[in-house]
Amino acid sequence: MKVDFKHIQAAHCENGVTTNLLKHIGINQITEPLAFGIGSGLFYIYIPLLKINNGPAIAFRTMPGLVFKRTCKALNIPVVRKTFSSKEKAQLFLDLKLFEGQPVGCQVGVYYLSYFPKEYRFHFNAHNIIVYGKENDQYFISDPVMENVTSLSNFELERVRFAKGALAPRGQIYFPKENTIVTDSQICKGIKSGINRNVRDMLRIPGPIAGISGINYTANKIKKWRTNLGLEKAKLYLAQLVRMQEEIGTGGGGFRFIYAAFLQEAYQYLPNDKLLETSELFTKSGDIWRNAAVQAAGIYKGRLSSQNDFDNMSKYLYEIAEIEKNAFTALSKIKW
Amino acid sequence: MKKTDIPQDQSSLNNFTKEICYALDETGNYTTNLSTGWDIKASALNVAWVDIENRIANAKEKVLNHEASPILFYMELKLMDITILSAYTGFYKWTVKRHLKPEIFNKLSDKVLKLYADIFEINIDKLKDIKLNES
Repeated sequence: MKVDFKHIQAAHCENGVTTNLLKHIGINQITEPLAFGIGSGLFYIYIPLLKINNGPAIAFRTMPGLVFKRTCKALNIPVVRKTFSSKEKAQLFLDLKLFEGQPVGCQVGVYYLSYFPKEYRFHFNAHNIIVYGKENDQYFISDPVMENVTSLSNFELERVRFAKGALAPRGQIYFPKENTIVTDSQICKGIKSGINRNVRDMLRIPGPIAGISGINYTANKIKKWRTNLGLEKAKLYLAQLVRMQEEIGTGGGGFRFIYAAFLQEAYQYLPNDKLLETSELFTKSGDIWRNAAVQAAGIYKGRLSSQNDFDNMSKYLYEIAEIEKNAFTALSKIKW
Repeated sequence: MKKTDIPQDQSSLNNFTKEICYALDETGNYTTNLSTGWDIKASALNVAWVDIENRIANAKEKVLNHEASPILFYMELKLMDITILSAYTGFYKWTVKRHLKPEIFNKLSDKVLKLYADIFEINIDKLKDIKLNES
């Protein structure tokens, strides 16, 4: 069986799964930037002490799963979300849903994801794909970051659905429960609540590690990396920062460009010039994130190595923090 | 970033897919375009892989010097750490750490060895080979 399903490529996997599943139930207004913005996807956090792949734990986006959850909630779309302790039950439920004609979102680990290039297969468990059919032993897969659809065998799919470690998917499956109609006024409401929540996340989370404070915190840390970690390890840390920021799935500039696109689209629903002005600020911020990546690359490729080079890297981040602070402050002051 | 500035560099994605980037068109509106990759992030990924290869080489040396059990080598080879290996085996982290010691490893039952071997996608004989032939 194969569900009549349209694969549309996205920059980020969860945005893509959200957009494609919602389009499938007839919500034609939804786009990747709208899903990202309504789901308050933009974020920044540096979690000290925690190590990922022996490097720092840095994220430019919100917790996995939240974009889908928040977008559906904001648009009053009921959701089914299930995890499983039994692999057999997980497969039975998946097969049942496919039989009913329901394409489903699945959280998977990428280490065993056979169609990914080897270079990208780390133990990262928050990838999202859509399964939209099954024929004999093969499942039809729509991986939103890919141009084309693909497939996985029963065994391969089970293995990635039950990958272990941090953020283990435990067979997680999710989809909109029923077809609903979403009005433009609901989209407007979702845009407002999405922006307000993003303002809160970036400006008002207490403590130094998250939001704008987190960017400044990272800048402070980077200045000390050369002395505290030694040059070699500092290079590894900078490379990890750049990967989290620019790798496939970010849309470039640490998701800032997607957010800038969201604000432009939001303007179509809520014509307030402040949205266009802040969109420009996020474009600028994304551009500086990219300049910072070029600076970081100078260091990890060995062209730059002095303390001054690390200080300059920090300066980029201070500048970004200032711009994003202004942008979110401007958003917080919009009278809707 | 302007659409015309979207990098089209060589990367490991080349035989896999192009990726979507968001950028501004001539009129200042956001649009998307495909990218083959960016040299800056291709080299970041390369840095990560050089580190992994170093870790594997160090682990190999420790095993050959009888300072660690082959589990350490295969753990690094599979890009795992103690936390991930603990999650896959179901053993506590301190138990996994004990299994990294050669003298403890030598006393492990075949049942436990089979569990590790399956996770590492090898057979027991290969796991027990402390000379790491063909690895």
